[in-house]
Amino acid sequence: MSDDVTNPAPTALDPARPLPAPPLPAVADRQAAAPGAAPGAPAAEPRDAVGRTAPAIRLERLNAWYGAMHSVRDLSLTFAANEATALIGPSGSGKSTVVRCINRMHEEIPGARASGSVTLEGADVYDPGVDVVAVRRSIGMVFQKPNPFPTMSIFDNVAAGLKLTARKVEHDQVERALRGAGLWDEVKDRLAQPGIGLSGGQQQRLCIARALAVEPDVLLMDEPASALDPISTLKIEQLVEELKRSITIVIVTHNMQQAARVADSTAFMLDGELVEHGPTAKVFTNPDDSRTEEYVTGKFG
Amino acid sequence: MSAFSLERVSPRRRRADRLARGAVAALTLVALVPLALVVWYLLEQGLGALSVDFFTTDPSGSFLGDPGGIKSAIVGTVLMVALAAAIAVPVGVGVAIWLVELGRAGKLAQAVRYFVDVMTGVPSIVFGLFVYITLVTTGFGGSSFAGWKGSVALALLMLPVVTRSAEVVLLLVPDTLREASYALGAPRWRTIVRVVLPAALPGIVTGVLLAIARAAGETAPLLFTAAVVNATTVDLGDRMNSLPALIFQNVAQPQDRLVAIAWGAALTLVAMILILTLLARLIQRRSRLS
Repeated sequence: MSDDVTNPAPTALDPARPLPAPPLPAVADRQAAAPGAAPGAPAAEPRDAVGRTAPAIRLERLNAWYGAMHSVRDLSLTFAANEATALIGPSGSGKSTVVRCINRMHEEIPGARASGSVTLEGADVYDPGVDVVAVRRSIGMVFQKPNPFPTMSIFDNVAAGLKLTARKVEHDQVERALRGAGLWDEVKDRLAQPGIGLSGGQQQRLCIARALAVEPDVLLMDEPASALDPISTLKIEQLVEELKRSITIVIVTHNMQQAARVADSTAFMLDGELVEHGPTAKVFTNPDDSRTEEYVTGKFG
Repeated sequence: MSAFSLERVSPRRRRADRLARGAVAALTLVALVPLALVVWYLLEQGLGALSVDFFTTDPSGSFLGDPGGIKSAIVGTVLMVALAAAIAVPVGVGVAIWLVELGRAGKLAQAVRYFVDVMTGVPSIVFGLFVYITLVTTGFGGSSFAGWKGSVALALLMLPVVTRSAEVVLLLVPDTLREASYALGAPRWRTIVRVVLPAALPGIVTGVLLAIARAAGETAPLLFTAAVVNATTVDLGDRMNSLPALIFQNVAQPQDRLVAIAWGAALTLVAMILILTLLARLIQRRSRLS
């Protein structure tokens, strides 16, 4: 591999944006220095300073159905601004559905519907007057399986979000997005080659770059590392640390160590209901609900 | 010697296996025989007729003298099939896009799918008759027989083939790509044009080329729509010659030289279709789907 995993170059989402000076202790170094750190006690370090204020996401009495199946029940939850919130829970507990309700991807599925409210700093995502295109521009999404556009080059994949919404593409924007996704150094010499020629981990970072290129305020990640090897997973997790300086992140994961490593707070879902939501350290070490404890200690799920 | 032993294959099973292999191989051979004979006959009978003049002169219409070449038929086939494709491809691909991206499993989509299937089974002569009655006998457009009317009959024939093949390919485009596009804020039409169609393009082109190959060999729809003439014309409003119609007419003549022309024309037609099919294969190979 061309890149050194134990000491990756620090990446910044946006060099143009004011970053805190002096640069904070590199998140990446901290991550790499403690690969064996016990899960459950990660959030002790001081939080990185915020480079840009992103919106908090507020879900109120959210219900979602697929046909007759009621898969999210009366869920109220706030994803704090400039934080990474992990959604954990067993398969079928409604985690992905919650995430898909935030950027209104849920309604793309035939027979699916939702009720309740989703607001970004007071702006109602489901307001009938709101353009769904605008919603998805400000709320980016990364899927479980890397899904670069197969007919497009690396460059065009990153530029796709801008082109598909009829905006002009500057080379700078593509470079910035690729740097933000920690992929620039690996692909800068082959931007014209097809995106599907990259490895799985690179493809996923390409998809993150594609989502970042439209400069979203929120990034939804639906099990972004579940199809990746541990090294690629580590890179994605380091990215999350970098990205939350400027955006709010919701990350669905089946991997509890991952939640413990990257999330500031964690929400545990079961059968479509929110069981518990709190600081990650508390959810993992001293949960209020016995079901949460059973899940995080591996008794079920 | 270990205490563990695995059973040997029984002679009976070995015999059954050999028998089944033999039977399948024999059937394959039987299927290949007529195919090889057709190609052999075509080459044997057709190669002799080929010459530069054969491709560059029109049929003379003379029964006893020099029969001339097949230029008008080649030009007519190319033009009529091109117009037919220009009609059938946009409509067929459009229907397929509607079926896959918008109609999906709805009642109307299912009805459309059913009718497309029925259309696939309609004999080509019925399309010819339909155009004959609606466009030729009524003198539509100020003429009776005309090249463009032949094209309409061929287009009707191609339409279900194009639609069905395009639909299958569009269904192969993974939904994850559509989702990726929607999640970037792309509207549906732009997702179709910029993401779905490019991914499906090689497959759609293959289907189109196969439909063209099929239409190029059809005789029945052209006999009473474009008729059979000798002179070359590039005016689709005129009566127009075509290779299948020329073969049909010449092969029945009690005159060896005309029959030889028919064989030559048949070989030309097969060669043209072979090239199209090879092209379709090449494009298919470049496809990243399937």
